[in-house]
Amino acid sequence: MWFEPLTEQQATLNVTMSSNPRNQTTILERLIERFIRVTGILVILFLALIFLFLLREGGATFFEVTLRNLLQTRWYPNEGHFGLLPLILGSLMVTLGAAVVSLPLGLLTAVFIAEVAPRWVREILKPFIEVLAGIPSVVLGFLGMLVVSPLIREYMGAPTGLTALSGSLMLGYMALPTIISVAEDALDAVPKSYRDAALALGATHWQTIWRVTVPAARSGILTAMMLGVGRAIGETMAVMMVTGNAARMPLTLGSFLMPVRTMTATIAAEMGEVAQGGAHYHVLFAIGLVLFFVTFIINLIAAWTIFRQGKRYGRLLS
Amino acid sequence: MSRQLRQRLGFTLLSLTTLTVVLPILLLVGYIVVQGAPAISGEFIVAMPRDGMRAGGLWPAIVGTVLLTLGTAIFAVPVGVAVAIYLAEYARDNLFTRLIRLAIINLAGVPSVVYGLFGLGLFVIFLQFGASILAGSLTLAIMTLPIIISTAEEALSAVPRSFRIVSFSLGGTKWQTVRRVVLPQALPGILTGVILGLERAAGETAPILFTVAAFFLPRLPHSIFDQTMALPYHLFVISTQVPGMPVHIQYGTALVLLIFVLSMNVLAAVMRSRFRAKRQW
Repeated sequence: MWFEPLTEQQATLNVTMSSNPRNQTTILERLIERFIRVTGILVILFLALIFLFLLREGGATFFEVTLRNLLQTRWYPNEGHFGLLPLILGSLMVTLGAAVVSLPLGLLTAVFIAEVAPRWVREILKPFIEVLAGIPSVVLGFLGMLVVSPLIREYMGAPTGLTALSGSLMLGYMALPTIISVAEDALDAVPKSYRDAALALGATHWQTIWRVTVPAARSGILTAMMLGVGRAIGETMAVMMVTGNAARMPLTLGSFLMPVRTMTATIAAEMGEVAQGGAHYHVLFAIGLVLFFVTFIINLIAAWTIFRQGKRYGRLLS
Repeated sequence: MSRQLRQRLGFTLLSLTTLTVVLPILLLVGYIVVQGAPAISGEFIVAMPRDGMRAGGLWPAIVGTVLLTLGTAIFAVPVGVAVAIYLAEYARDNLFTRLIRLAIINLAGVPSVVYGLFGLGLFVIFLQFGASILAGSLTLAIMTLPIIISTAEEALSAVPRSFRIVSFSLGGTKWQTVRRVVLPQALPGILTGVILGLERAAGETAPILFTVAAFFLPRLPHSIFDQTMALPYHLFVISTQVPGMPVHIQYGTALVLLIFVLSMNVLAAVMRSRFRAKRQW
């Protein structure tokens, strides 16, 4: 490895030998410090820019298309029908399915990794979960089309394998890394003394987990679940490839075995083909605006719980 | 049922659940390797695609993804590391700092396709870069920032306070301390975060859909204002848009993309564990 971490003495020596003899901040240093301070504002600026440009391109929707048109149940942009309901319900349905798949799996796996697994198993599982997070969504979508969908067609009796269920399964697995790593962090943060006290009172390891450790970590676990669901709503490529993309109203439980179309997939599939500046183009941006708001609120709540606990927030983002 | 028995059953359930998470992933990745390996050859990597992508190689898509990843790094690394230094070394715990952290968490949560819309609106249309490597890189860079910032900040905060105190006590200024003591110590951790962020950028499709990706362009880009093919988008195209596509080429492309992305992941993991083993604090 080419990094030799310094010992404290070496670090000290480095400073002594190279520091400015007059010990004054030079102009260059002040400029660099100024630059560093300004970049902090950049982050806020970027978020504001995203909102502004979605509004700039999507805002016209509300003058061009009537609210009545937007709230109908038909999405036929070519004939001027811009009903968003099937798309919103499609997103909700797939996300709900993904939550049903990923919340229990994610929580139980996090408990296993944090509380039960022997050290060597943990050392294998943690990098593995990171690798799962790194698999591109388009690769998962590709596998969903070629491997998962045929299985669903065959064993669930769906007319086509490209269904809301396939989308929920793929999304569920894609949300898992977020849920597992954040929930595991929360469990790790529970003081050891809590567990020791429970064990000393005669509780089994199993009882301690569910009556002491998990309840103590509950706000972190909730954050994990919220962030996981937030990821699922915004997922695009895998969903577009496996859900069949039929813009129909999913109203019954049986709709899980039918194709649906989500908001994200609609944007990704249609933006390439619309005329810039037309009503259809503006509506697609307006859908983006809706997605932005939904994820914004979810993340705001998650951020609030994190700040309240004064936790580090690093793992939430990766 | 005795408590011990219940515990044993419970632990079995937990192991089974974990297996349910791990096994399908292993199987699917293994399946890609098995199905894709026969397609991979020297020609598959360095040849231009032919016959409407049904034959030939991936060269322009691979070059495009490398260029986009580099472009992302050029924009995202300096800004990301600077913000991390600000948060870890300069920021006080006040409203402004909280606002920045809030913005970072929210940037991380913006759906990738919304980044695509944003890139289209700002870089392609408003700034008139057109669909280009420049617009795509900038879009990916902003998407990557939260990951780089958060991992870099964690690496910086992990450097013990005593290092800074020693530096100050010897007369080092704030910036000298950051530049010559804290930054070198945190460098491996920062690089790990940078690689993880770039890995994410390299594998993304939705943000490049409208900002740079070309459907079929069997030549290398001439400038940063040129469109380019990219591996993730190419995989999407050949698996959904091209009828009669040979399956082995699809699996081969998926495998190349997977190797490209996961090798960055492995690199980051190796760097981190090496560094942890050598660290003396």
